[in-house]
Amino acid sequence: MFSAELLIAQNIGFFIIAAVMVVGALRVVTTSNVVHAALWLVVVLAGAAAQYILLAAEFVAVTQVLVYIGAVMVLFLFGTMLTRARIGAESDLNNKNWFVGLGVALALLVAMLIALRDGFGAEKLPADDPLVSTQTLSDQIFGPYLLPFWALSFVLLAAVIGAIVLARRD
Amino acid sequence: MNSTTLIVADVPYWGQSLFRVVGGLVAVLLPAGTIVYLFLFKMMSFMQSRLGPMEAGPYGSMQLFAEVGKWLQKEDIYPARADKFIFKLAPLIVLASTFLLVVVVPFGPDAWFTDFETGIFYALAVSSVSVLGILIAGWSSANKYSLLGGLRAAGQLIAYELPMVLAVIGVVIQAGTMNLQGIVLAQNSGSMFGFDGLGNPFVLTQFVGFIIFMISVQAELTQAPFDMPIAESELVSGYMTEYSGFRFLIFFIGEFATAGVFAMIASILFLGGWGVPFAWFGWTTMDSIDNWMNLAGPLILFTKMMGVTFLVMWVRFSYPRLREDQLQRFAWKVLIPISLVNIMVTATLKVAV
Repeated sequence: MFSAELLIAQNIGFFIIAAVMVVGALRVVTTSNVVHAALWLVVVLAGAAAQYILLAAEFVAVTQVLVYIGAVMVLFLFGTMLTRARIGAESDLNNKNWFVGLGVALALLVAMLIALRDGFGAEKLPADDPLVSTQTLSDQIFGPYLLPFWALSFVLLAAVIGAIVLARRD
Repeated sequence: MNSTTLIVADVPYWGQSLFRVVGGLVAVLLPAGTIVYLFLFKMMSFMQSRLGPMEAGPYGSMQLFAEVGKWLQKEDIYPARADKFIFKLAPLIVLASTFLLVVVVPFGPDAWFTDFETGIFYALAVSSVSVLGILIAGWSSANKYSLLGGLRAAGQLIAYELPMVLAVIGVVIQAGTMNLQGIVLAQNSGSMFGFDGLGNPFVLTQFVGFIIFMISVQAELTQAPFDMPIAESELVSGYMTEYSGFRFLIFFIGEFATAGVFAMIASILFLGGWGVPFAWFGWTTMDSIDNWMNLAGPLILFTKMMGVTFLVMWVRFSYPRLREDQLQRFAWKVLIPISLVNIMVTATLKVAV
């Protein structure tokens, strides 16, 4: 079924991690407890970090862990625990329009598959491709992509100031 | 770096993995045990004019084994309404984050587990995962004190994560690399105004960063004066209230092992790590370092680590607890602005000089 050149450690690792991620993603939406859903989401995000490691993208993987697991998910759990997070199953977690979301997700999947196929087709990465080092990455960000980087920084700054303005009552 | 290897024989992959596992266990548990006995049992007792444990072994040196034995034989209790799976998972997440942390610590020119290019960034990211374990420990205990403790811990750890990252950026700018091995090399092969007898330990140039880093470490480890999350006078024992027996032991080991690993990282970032000033022996690059450094390096790092941990424990036993709002204000309004100024000054000097 598989040719021998596909049966290398990276590919096998990819499929194991991908399976864990798919199971995790399904459990996020099917579990009946908010905190359990958040923890399954941690599994999915950690899986994404592991996939980046397989692609030898150290910096992106570490950023994924620091930002998504260390900050976003902690904030998520913090918020749910402050407001409502009962222990045990809850019955009213499902939105009654959940099938609309399913349709959107499927449409997005099809669109991405078509885009990837159109964009790359049967193209292969060169075998002796040098690894994208952190230095190359920063040279790119602070060189050709400086303007988009600045624009994004301003958007984030505006969001931070907006959050403070909304949160302050005085 | 391969010109000087510690072991001449070819070790198969499984053998290397076994070495790494055993080495990791030693690197995590040995500092933790030493810190608990020397500082928590003995130094605290002497500072309080008492003797501390004296019965088990000479000067109570076997006390640790007695304590571990006591915890291991206790019954495994969990609250009736607790979320049992998560309750059991939480201490393991905290301990796993400690073990993942030690992976990037270099102990000598060839004595390292992995040579990660983004070493210090990885360490900061992995250390933030332990917050997750603390939060769900507090939640799954089905106890309001535990939940309050978990929430306080999360708020504190997020607040002090930022100044810690920002303090490290100063070191990274000066060394020009995020690799911990590279940071060690930059300090020990450097010179101050042409004098290379001391190398260039960043504690001198990054003094502000060192202070901020140590304060943040103190808060990340929830040691007094930043022990609001486990404040025993108001929250019993915070997120650890419902834990007993070997699960409490895991939290306890995690706390002091993380203290040890953070002290190692602090001594690598600011005190020159495993190295001595390379000018003493005429070394210039990584390759020219003599092989015996692989054996002396871990001892040097361990000595520096004990010095840094001494500071942490000294502060712990000396200062009263900060109030919750003072604690948050100190992080956001004092430490973060100072560390941002520190980054600006360092970056300007790096470009100008």
